Amino acid sequence: MNPRQFALGIAFVALVTVPYWMPGIYYVNVASQILFYAIFAVGLNVLVGYAGLVSLGHAGLFGVAAYATGFMLQSGYGHPVSIIVALIVGIASMAVYAVLALRSTGIGFIMITLALGEILWGLAYRWISLTGGDNGISLHTRPEPFGYSLASPSTFYYTTLVVFVLSVAAMAVFVRSPFGAALKGTRDQPRRMNALGYHVWLIRFWACLMSGLLTSVAGILFVYYTQFISPQTLALTSSAEVLLMVISGGAGTLLGPIVGAALVVTVKTVVSGFIERWNFLLGAIFVAIVILMPEGLVPGSTRLWRLAWRQMEQKLKAVPAKDTLGPPP
Amino acid sequence: MTFWLVLAVNSVTFGGLLFLLSAGFSLIFGLMRIPNLTHGSLFMLGAYIGATFVLGIGGVKLNFWLAAILATLAVAALGALAERLLLRRLPGDQLAQVLVTLGLSFMAADLCLMVWGGDPLNVTTPPELEGFVRYGVLAFPMYRLAIIVIAIIIAIGLWLLLDRTRLGAMIRAGVDDPDMARVVGIRVSQLFTIVFALGAGLAAFAGIIGGPILSVYPGLDQDMLPLALVVVILGGTGSLLGSFVGSIIVGFIYNFGQALLPELAYFVLFLPMLLVLILRPQGLFGRHVP
Repeated sequence: MNPRQFALGIAFVALVTVPYWMPGIYYVNVASQILFYAIFAVGLNVLVGYAGLVSLGHAGLFGVAAYATGFMLQSGYGHPVSIIVALIVGIASMAVYAVLALRSTGIGFIMITLALGEILWGLAYRWISLTGGDNGISLHTRPEPFGYSLASPSTFYYTTLVVFVLSVAAMAVFVRSPFGAALKGTRDQPRRMNALGYHVWLIRFWACLMSGLLTSVAGILFVYYTQFISPQTLALTSSAEVLLMVISGGAGTLLGPIVGAALVVTVKTVVSGFIERWNFLLGAIFVAIVILMPEGLVPGSTRLWRLAWRQMEQKLKAVPAKDTLGPPP
Repeated sequence: MTFWLVLAVNSVTFGGLLFLLSAGFSLIFGLMRIPNLTHGSLFMLGAYIGATFVLGIGGVKLNFWLAAILATLAVAALGALAERLLLRRLPGDQLAQVLVTLGLSFMAADLCLMVWGGDPLNVTTPPELEGFVRYGVLAFPMYRLAIIVIAIIIAIGLWLLLDRTRLGAMIRAGVDDPDMARVVGIRVSQLFTIVFALGAGLAAFAGIIGGPILSVYPGLDQDMLPLALVVVILGGTGSLLGSFVGSIIVGFIYNFGQALLPELAYFVLFLPMLLVLILRPQGLFGRHVP
């Protein structure tokens, strides 16, 4: 068992026992938030990290899945139907995003996804007969799969944890699969991949759908958690927040977005208890990370750790070397 | 009939404001290859600073036009500063530059909320432009007509600057082929600062003269940025004519959409954008795909 597996094992045990060692229900709820935002960030990371396509409209998709759940429940459908419809609507919206935005890459992709995200925000805000406008949609119940009620914070936490573990496991398989390798190929060398006979557009399209699926799952968890959805969830700020999770943790790594989600949610929760100026801080962290630690916190601190380790090793080696010199004559 | 004519005049007025906003956005995009996501914030900052001067700071109330010029200069300086201190540190890394502008826009929005509070500021129209121009039974507010005239004057000025001066020729060279421009001895990075300041100033100016129509409120940046984005996607990047035509189209669609389909106004606005993206990805007057 190497140190990495050991650390992951400890993290897993810590996650499973959260409701027992956390000091209160409030913190269990924060842990649930971290988990579903982590799923969201992992979903965005499929595009940002592995496909090299930065989306600034993902909060729109997240919100669409949440609104679809709320709308279906409001119309009197049961939880299973609502969840399935929300997943379909979320993935279908992602497909529309992909068809339009994949016409370009790089900055063009950012601009188009940004514009599409703003359309969805505008619709949520203005199409009052469907979305309730600023008042949003409230949910009255959480689902009870097989009679297991999700009403209490700890049962909801465990459900989120199961979905989270499944999502991360799926990502781990995905990244190691031939498809994951091909996707990274289209990120680094699209023209060579094309010359090798890979359908670059189609690979990116499937990656988008994968991202859309994870984002929708996170959106549904979100709406069941807060039991409320309003246009604010779809705003550009939310897209930027999740992008910050991906980038701060380290895009293109499996664990990075999870660490980033934990960091951003914790800072946001702690900070908003003291001051109202979360957006200012969000912007400042964004600028600071982009300029000072562009590769993200996980790879960045790995790099610093390796550097420190190597220096320590050199010092250890240097010590006996000094001894052989003996005392000065 | 009256309804349609008034709506049309309002659309052209809004189109004029959008042109002032998006011309700089388009030039910055053309030259630096990044969508400047602080553009909405610059518009809002200009509006707030101008409004503060007009409403009185330290008991001194400034003339509307003097306030407009001062605020424009202040925001242009801020833009130049942001380019020099932050964007300059990330040469060639467009993604990082976009993210920095995004971060800055959040900071600016929150600062405005902190300084000016959440209530909208109402800027009165300058007294010399109050009243209406009457034409038969129709009456058009003088101020809205004045905005159209100002926008046209600035459009002509910008066109002369870009088409007839040495600086304009250098900017065009930088837009067309930055590497080649560097080779022939144009200091492209200096152009970045100039164009950024120019774009910031234009956006701020649009914010101030738009103040009496739109009023000044938190969230104004988020309302204007997508419009600038749509104009530039429609018209094509780095093209003045593209911004102009795009602004007028968006002005019409936005105003008519709000009057006829208020619930879907935002959605209607994006339909032409989608059409252009599908049929002509470089925009109506653009030369290269972003």
